[in-house]
Amino acid sequence: MSGTETAIVVDEIPVPFKPGQTILEAALEAGVYIPHLCAHPEFAPHGSCKLCTVIVNGRNASACTLKAAAGQEIEVDTPDLHAYRRTLVQMLFVEGNHFCPGCEKSGNCQLQALAYDSEMMTPHFVEFYPHRPVDASHPDVLIDFNRCIQCELCVRASRDVDGKSIFALVGRGMASHIVVNSPSGKLGDTNFSVADKAAHVCPVGAILIKRVGYAVPIGERRYDLEAISEEASRCAGEEVR
Amino acid sequence: MLNLETAQSPQKLRRVAIEPVSRVEGHGKVTILLDAENRIHQVRLHIVEFRGFEVFIQGRPYWEVPIAVQRLCGICPVSHLIAATKAMDVIAGFGPLTPTAEKLRRLLHYGQIVQSHALHFFHLSSPDLLFGFESEVAKRNIIGVAAAFPDLAKQGVLTRKFGQEIIAHIAGKRIHGTGVIPGGVNKPLSVADRDSMRAGIDQIVDWSKAAVGLVIQLHETNPDFYRTFGESRANMMGLVDRRGALDFYHGGLRARDADGGPIFDQIDYATYRNVLQEDVKNWSYMKFPHIKTLGADKGWYRVGPLARVQVCDVMPTPLAEAERRTFLNAGGGKPLHGALMYHWARMIEMLHSAELARELLDDPDIVGTDLMADKGPRREEGVGVIEAPRGTLFHHYRADDNDLVSYCNLIVSTTNNNQAMNESIRAVASRYLSGRELTEGLLNHIEVAIRAYDPCLSCATHALGQMPLEVDLIDADGTLVSRARKG
Repeated sequence: MSGTETAIVVDEIPVPFKPGQTILEAALEAGVYIPHLCAHPEFAPHGSCKLCTVIVNGRNASACTLKAAAGQEIEVDTPDLHAYRRTLVQMLFVEGNHFCPGCEKSGNCQLQALAYDSEMMTPHFVEFYPHRPVDASHPDVLIDFNRCIQCELCVRASRDVDGKSIFALVGRGMASHIVVNSPSGKLGDTNFSVADKAAHVCPVGAILIKRVGYAVPIGERRYDLEAISEEASRCAGEEVR
Repeated sequence: MLNLETAQSPQKLRRVAIEPVSRVEGHGKVTILLDAENRIHQVRLHIVEFRGFEVFIQGRPYWEVPIAVQRLCGICPVSHLIAATKAMDVIAGFGPLTPTAEKLRRLLHYGQIVQSHALHFFHLSSPDLLFGFESEVAKRNIIGVAAAFPDLAKQGVLTRKFGQEIIAHIAGKRIHGTGVIPGGVNKPLSVADRDSMRAGIDQIVDWSKAAVGLVIQLHETNPDFYRTFGESRANMMGLVDRRGALDFYHGGLRARDADGGPIFDQIDYATYRNVLQEDVKNWSYMKFPHIKTLGADKGWYRVGPLARVQVCDVMPTPLAEAERRTFLNAGGGKPLHGALMYHWARMIEMLHSAELARELLDDPDIVGTDLMADKGPRREEGVGVIEAPRGTLFHHYRADDNDLVSYCNLIVSTTNNNQAMNESIRAVASRYLSGRELTEGLLNHIEVAIRAYDPCLSCATHALGQMPLEVDLIDADGTLVSRARKG
């Protein structure tokens, strides 16, 4: 078997892949960063956020769901794709209530990190300012739905790892939102635990452990130390979130 | 107290508006009602924007609130961060802070006072004092100061920079950092950072002492003018420690009357509502607090440097205390109430803060690593009070059983000074403007008085940025007579 049969080409760089790997997995393992938000190495991908959109042999595809295959010529870092990703991030910002200055996830937030990565300077679109109440009913964990981006990582973690299926995405289109599986709809009325995987998988500031905000000083937060793309390159071969 | 708050017959009076007030952060507006002979009948400082922090932080988790509310201000965010966190120390159930945590918070606070006082005096107020209130408007700013007095401007800018560097070392950023969290602080101060600050602090003490000397020099050019400009006899309030010494970070509330006589002392600030009451007026978004026992008419008071240096028995650092004695002597044994006297008191406080910072940088505890207090049961309610650069700052919160804030009351320094500022600009208007043709320079007299108290109305207002000033002179029939514009 020749090298070209086990490699894809990402922005003119040969990237080897293992059978069954997605384009995103192969690229990250090789230290080539493709922006992504809803993909997580511990869970099955479902290609919802579309940030990992790349052009494969001239056609758009989600790098997190499309399997790598020999002969793929992939464009990732082009001006058009960069602008397209920035638009997606801007839409995520205006759809919720994302006020980074007061958010305890600031500096550790993947949405914020991707906003920097995509060089987002303003929200651009008109803010929706939706009314989304905070669920603080659980003694140890708080859900701030204002910041939810509906990536469904909590849904997948609670169902597939914790075996509790505490979260679900309901509604369609603009009305889509996360609900809590209890008669009251409150997290405090579930058997959710601070030790659950779902309590620690949120990429934004929607699911938070109570009473520990801002404990990490500015300068030592995850994305203070290196940009999200630099982290991915440094951690090539490791499981990166 | 001048009776210029409400004109007897506002009909047929001309209205002049200074909107917005310049070299002041936030949106303030001054309106003046004049009769046909330009005699003053009514003067009001209005706060015209509504921000609503007290309401929109309700329903937010209590530990998030100090970081959110520091956005009240871009000049003194540290003050709001510390006051709110002091309240949340109580709500979260923490016991006394560790020595290192309290000292780091104090150092942060003193850095804040140094940078804020330097900005207030050098950048925003000194152009009026150095060039004259009616000097050429294009040069009456910090750039003009830098051109005419380069060494002085450099000292002002570098003093402020040093204060900001203290903040950055502890809070992680010069503006809107973190650092202070319920129960303590989130990082130790490194020896390298301590040494870096220690290497520079002697210079800041020297420059601060020189700044006091500069204010005295200016005062000596026309002592009567400086003593009486914008004078309003007011009660005075500030925090003092148990010995009666000024304490910017913590203490009991003390109030004295306009002659220096006692009103109350060592009041636990958590019970502030027993001694203070807030009123509202239909022409301003800013509340009018007063001392309960004296009523609204006689109970309004002054806070900030001019009140603090005269309310305390001593400032517990040698250079500042010596300067305070000189200041008190200028009053001949009676309290001083002129608006420009704020600047003298302010520079004494900057010197005091620099000396306090030097003491802390020499204290081995400042590089300690025991940062968080022991935690007990959560509490429902907490009050945090500090002496912010502009005056006493109250943060009062309640949090429900789910850890969400259910109540908030803020009395910011500007609000405490609301009536006093109004009285000072009324004094200026009746003394310098009444009966004269209004010019930009004359109207600047009003702004000079406001800036002496406070270059920052944003605690109660909205915007930050370039503030052009436009004054319309409208006659009794509503016709535009003239328009002056700057900025």
